[in-house]
Amino acid sequence: MTDIPQNDVASAEEAAPMHAAVERRALAEFWFYFSENRGAVLGLAVFLTLIVVAILAPVIAPYGPNVQDRNALLVPPFWQEGGSTAFLLGTDAVGRDMLSRLIYGARFSLFIGLVVVSIALAGGVTLGLISGYVGGVVDTIIMRVMDVILAFPSLLLALVLVAILGPGLMNAMIAIAIVLQPHFVRLTRASVLNEAGRDYVTSARVAGASPFYLMTRTILPNCLGPVIVQATLSFSNAILDAAALGFLGMGAQPPTPEWGTMLAEAREFILRAWWVVTFPGLAILITVLAINLMGDGLRDALDPKLKRS
Amino acid sequence: MILFILRRIALLIPTILGITIVAFGFVRVLPGDPVLLMAGERGLSEERYAEMLKQFGYDQPIWRQYLDYLGDLLRGDFGNSIVTKKPVLTEFFALFPATVELAFCAIVIAILVGIPAGVFAASRRGKLVDQVLMGTALVGYSMPIFWWGLLLIIVFSGNLGWTPVSGRISLLYYFPAHTGFMLIDSLLSGEKGAFLSALHHLILPSIVLATVPLAVIARQTRSAMLEVLGEDYVRTARAKGMSPGRVIGVHALRNAMIPVITVIGLSVGTLLAGAILTETIFSWPGIGKWMVDSISRRDYPVVQGGLLLIAVVVMVVNLIVDTTYGLINPRIRH
Repeated sequence: MTDIPQNDVASAEEAAPMHAAVERRALAEFWFYFSENRGAVLGLAVFLTLIVVAILAPVIAPYGPNVQDRNALLVPPFWQEGGSTAFLLGTDAVGRDMLSRLIYGARFSLFIGLVVVSIALAGGVTLGLISGYVGGVVDTIIMRVMDVILAFPSLLLALVLVAILGPGLMNAMIAIAIVLQPHFVRLTRASVLNEAGRDYVTSARVAGASPFYLMTRTILPNCLGPVIVQATLSFSNAILDAAALGFLGMGAQPPTPEWGTMLAEAREFILRAWWVVTFPGLAILITVLAINLMGDGLRDALDPKLKRS
Repeated sequence: MILFILRRIALLIPTILGITIVAFGFVRVLPGDPVLLMAGERGLSEERYAEMLKQFGYDQPIWRQYLDYLGDLLRGDFGNSIVTKKPVLTEFFALFPATVELAFCAIVIAILVGIPAGVFAASRRGKLVDQVLMGTALVGYSMPIFWWGLLLIIVFSGNLGWTPVSGRISLLYYFPAHTGFMLIDSLLSGEKGAFLSALHHLILPSIVLATVPLAVIARQTRSAMLEVLGEDYVRTARAKGMSPGRVIGVHALRNAMIPVITVIGLSVGTLLAGAILTETIFSWPGIGKWMVDSISRRDYPVVQGGLLLIAVVVMVVNLIVDTTYGLINPRIRH
């Protein structure tokens, strides 16, 4: 990945077909290393399935997420005594189908991961680029602010931020993005510092590239490896933290079928109805595990040092 | 060495100032008038409002308020809880030992299980044991611990009836708190069964809180060991005919410990964040539950003070870890 030669500014357009071929080869190489890790492929398969489930939720789910059946309160899963195949994974305390709520919940978790990572990634990479490239006072200020954010335990800071912004899914996502952002800033800054002195950057500068071009087109693509790995890690962290906030009553609010919020609602039935507690958590675990498996594979495939050994 | 520590402390000052700005700013950016917020739903007369405005210094310019706030902090005044009216600092120190006790047991479990698991996995690289251990570690790392805690309660408290559901000790025992650490106090009390009761209450929360650090430590130990096992001096040791146990235990492990210690130090933040969830699930009367309760009760002075104190604790622990680090590896000092 990191071996892609940077075309200089003037001949960028003529080199486009060659560039595409190089990218294809890099992709093939990436897939070769990624697919060697069976866990990563399994994680990818689960993740893709989750995406399909989330998109097709209205088609797959047997009921709507908030449809209540007053005659079927706390019905156990179908394989247990008293269960029925009408509700495969049972129902909750107000007679909503667990399976349907879990399926709709996949939408929220993936959406949370996507939004949080996008915000943290965009903000973090921008700040990291500026910090590393500009240096001086700007660098010091940005990095000190990041140190302050990192000084707080992440969940605690997210909790307090939500307390300021007001409970709710959107605010929870913003809070988690703020908390996760410093990791991207640090990583990008370190890579920029590492790359900025290299010959290809100097030659691009001599060829007349503007600072903006240098930052975004010359340096950035060569820093992406670790950032992508961090993005997958943050994706799973975002899902976990959002679920934790939901569980503490500060994230998505009932009756949203968000998995953490479902767990919070289920807490009082913990010793009476194991299924209302077990399934939402299992869904969170499987999702996070799949993403982390993928992350491990990505790290192996993108880390040149590990690759050659 | 002293110079190294002093330099470290000097580097912390801007961050500490930043933390105080965050804590100070927290109450200021809350929606609504802080005085009305404190007055609650009863409302206030106009005179009383002006009086309170003056009492809390809200009639001063913002930088003046911040300097006053810093002054208060230096005098050890972290404000008073709106709910209990007690000083925040007093409440913090009353509850902190409970969290320390829990976090300490958790990190001990994490180290005692995590490091051997990592070493064992590394020594059997690629074998089934390695895959099972690392698979388990990844599950632990991905675990939503609030759910994990509930599951353990269902199985061990609900189905098996082995452990209590919540609290620090059975209500049957009552003895004065000398240290605030229930395990020590129960031993000092001399009451029969008190220590066992405390241990019983501690075990599930500790396991829950240990889960993520354990997984992280196991993974880090394995990868650090693998890196070290490829080094020349390990090959030399093997070539000299040393037993595999000695090569791994003495030559490799000692050098692999540095990244592992870093990870253990970093997990203090994880532990305190995890304590928020663990303490809430098990009704453990520590600072994590205190913070969650205060946030939901809108007891803002407590949230403000707690946030600051917890951040300082994390920083101090990281400083200690950094220093140990310098002791183990003299190269870092320079």
